[in-house]
Amino acid sequence: MLTPAICRMKVEAPRLAAAAQPGQFLIVRADEKGERIPLTISDFDAKRGTVTIVTQKIGASSTDIIAFEPGEAFADVVGPLGLPSEFVTMAPEELKKQRYILIAGGVGTAPVYPQAKWLKEHGVPVDVIIGAKTKDLLIYVEEMRAVCDNLFICTDDGSEGFHGMGTNMLEHVVSEGHQYTQAVIIGPMIMMKFTTLTCKKLGIPAIVSLNTLMVDGTGMCGACRVSVGGKTRFACVEGPEFDGYQVDFDEAMRRQGQYKAEEAEANEKHVCKIGRGK
Amino acid sequence: MANKIPRVPVREQDPKVRATNFDEVCYGYNKEEALLEASRCLNCKNPRCMTACPVGLQIPRFIAELAQGNIAGAAAVIAEDSSLPAVCGRVCPQETQCEGSCVLGVKGEPVAIGKLERFVADYPRMGDATGSASGPVRDSEYPAIPLEGVQGVKGSVRTNKRVAIVGSGPAGLACASDLAKWGYDVTIFEALHKAGGVLEYGIPEFRLPKDKVLKHEIEAVRALGVKIETNVIIGRTVTIDSLMDQEGFKAVFIGTGAGLPKFMGIPGENYNGVFSANEFLTRNNLMKAWREDYLTPIHAGKKVCVVGGGNVAMDAARTALRLGAEVHIVYRRTEAELPARKEEVHHAIEEGIIFDMLTNPVEVIGDERGWVKALKCVKMELGEPDESGRRSPVPVEGSEFEIPTETVIMALGTSPNPLISKTTKGLEVNRRGCLVATEEGATTRPGVFAGGDAVTGAATVILAMGAGRTAAKAIDAYLKQN
Repeated sequence: MLTPAICRMKVEAPRLAAAAQPGQFLIVRADEKGERIPLTISDFDAKRGTVTIVTQKIGASSTDIIAFEPGEAFADVVGPLGLPSEFVTMAPEELKKQRYILIAGGVGTAPVYPQAKWLKEHGVPVDVIIGAKTKDLLIYVEEMRAVCDNLFICTDDGSEGFHGMGTNMLEHVVSEGHQYTQAVIIGPMIMMKFTTLTCKKLGIPAIVSLNTLMVDGTGMCGACRVSVGGKTRFACVEGPEFDGYQVDFDEAMRRQGQYKAEEAEANEKHVCKIGRGK
Repeated sequence: MANKIPRVPVREQDPKVRATNFDEVCYGYNKEEALLEASRCLNCKNPRCMTACPVGLQIPRFIAELAQGNIAGAAAVIAEDSSLPAVCGRVCPQETQCEGSCVLGVKGEPVAIGKLERFVADYPRMGDATGSASGPVRDSEYPAIPLEGVQGVKGSVRTNKRVAIVGSGPAGLACASDLAKWGYDVTIFEALHKAGGVLEYGIPEFRLPKDKVLKHEIEAVRALGVKIETNVIIGRTVTIDSLMDQEGFKAVFIGTGAGLPKFMGIPGENYNGVFSANEFLTRNNLMKAWREDYLTPIHAGKKVCVVGGGNVAMDAARTALRLGAEVHIVYRRTEAELPARKEEVHHAIEEGIIFDMLTNPVEVIGDERGWVKALKCVKMELGEPDESGRRSPVPVEGSEFEIPTETVIMALGTSPNPLISKTTKGLEVNRRGCLVATEEGATTRPGVFAGGDAVTGAATVILAMGAGRTAAKAIDAYLKQN
């Protein structure tokens, strides 16, 4: 457990680990009766055949995932899904010109890690901002420090690092003279919305990774549809990363909450069920 | 005279009752009824029913066995050509194929070939419980009858040549079955966590029970020696190139279906409460949202509009009805042009689905929270016949009106998933995104074959099976030379 509500686990999935690239995600199902949960890949090791995922306790299904003990197995793990990050396929000469700032919010810090690691390994300048509500919710701090040039920490309550949100931190870093050609923002939808606005203000292009609702993750259901530049796109096959300037975040947030009523009901039932078992 | 016996009616769940449950609508024949119906077959010298069957099932031969009470013999005849008889007996559009060509249909009612096929397929598993009208029979109550002896595996020499099948839907299962019977080492790769493709995620429980029927037919394919690997996405987890170059597969069959949903492109389609039929049905079928003990959420609400007139539209509508909604089918032509199977339309009407014909949506209206509140439609009238021979609908000017609704389900057809064509060298697709393949199923890349909806665009289970079998022959011929 990284924090009481955030859990990191390594999953054995050799084919998936061999194919995974930064920016991609996978889908797990805890057991026969569970949902298919999309999770961004936090690390992958082709040699050992493992992928790392980080989950936060939100609903009934993620609670089931967190309840896993080492050695237990998911009913299903499938991936990698989605397109790799843009830089993976960028021409080397183009890549050499870039200076990246990766901005992570909360549990979104985990999928930022493989991106920083990849950029570092390929000699691309990369700084990272990790933001969290409070000190206890910061994750991946030491791991991240090892794979970026400058690490900036901020907390909403000032309990660690800079006192403020990721947006404030970014403005501060830029005001100190740091310059970037590209930002990548991964975190809660609302955080990505406002950080994109800050990037726009600062003139930094912003890529965001959208954690939309999904069922199959292969383009079949369309639950993940988002408006990007006024066009409907499927986050699962055309994303999950999009140009933040073009994303209709308000629609995306609204669509993310589509099953809130049903989920609240499921959570209640779920708690009851566990209670009875004891 | 045999043909004086009227077609034996099949018992079904009462429409009022079945509208509230997901148990199978049709009970099927019991042994007595099946034997009586089988006796109606004239055993034509030139069996038109067989010619009309996409997999060439030897219909008069199996019915003759059945009429003599030799059910195992009938099953063996079917097994020579089909590995999914319990599925086909339930979901084939018999009225346009075998039964539509039956000589008895000229003056009276055709032989109920589909119901007989279903009986023969169910009987080895269900025994005398087959066609039970005493209420839905649970899986556990069936007598366990081993699959051996039912499959018509011909003696064949095993070869160590490996064939990869992409997709475990009807095309893939049919192709895999034939190749396994001929001795090839066959592996099916399935992207989802359960095998069956559209049979699992698309067709609802009340039409095709999963544990009771589908599971057994897929097990029967496994029993032929076919390996099925779920959770492998070809094009992402591995590619066709890596299967052939690194994993030693000598040939590949692509039966990935048509999985991409279409939307209308009208304003408001991204409001909360607008779903593709694929999402709605996948949540309910594959993810079993209808069952209390599964975690998958589904949203129907009090009133649902389903846009479209095909089998998928009927399935979505009847599913929403069973989840407790008032359901309207919104279709731009008339009932006569509905592309769905006749039986499905008939069942939908019986169950209380409301058909709003000659109606075409132009906009989804949302409320201030971004949820669907109404579907704005325009009235249509039929004009001149189009390329398909159907009279094309034309909007009536000034006829806009709103249907208040909580949910809109788009069932407008599907197109093939580009995942494989985009990640495989040398595979051509046409304008509609369908894989280019010959009649025999050969694609533009040597050793790679394709069939079913991935090639034709959305069609039927049985056509996909037919294409799978045709490609199996082509793969066999190819591997004998390479």
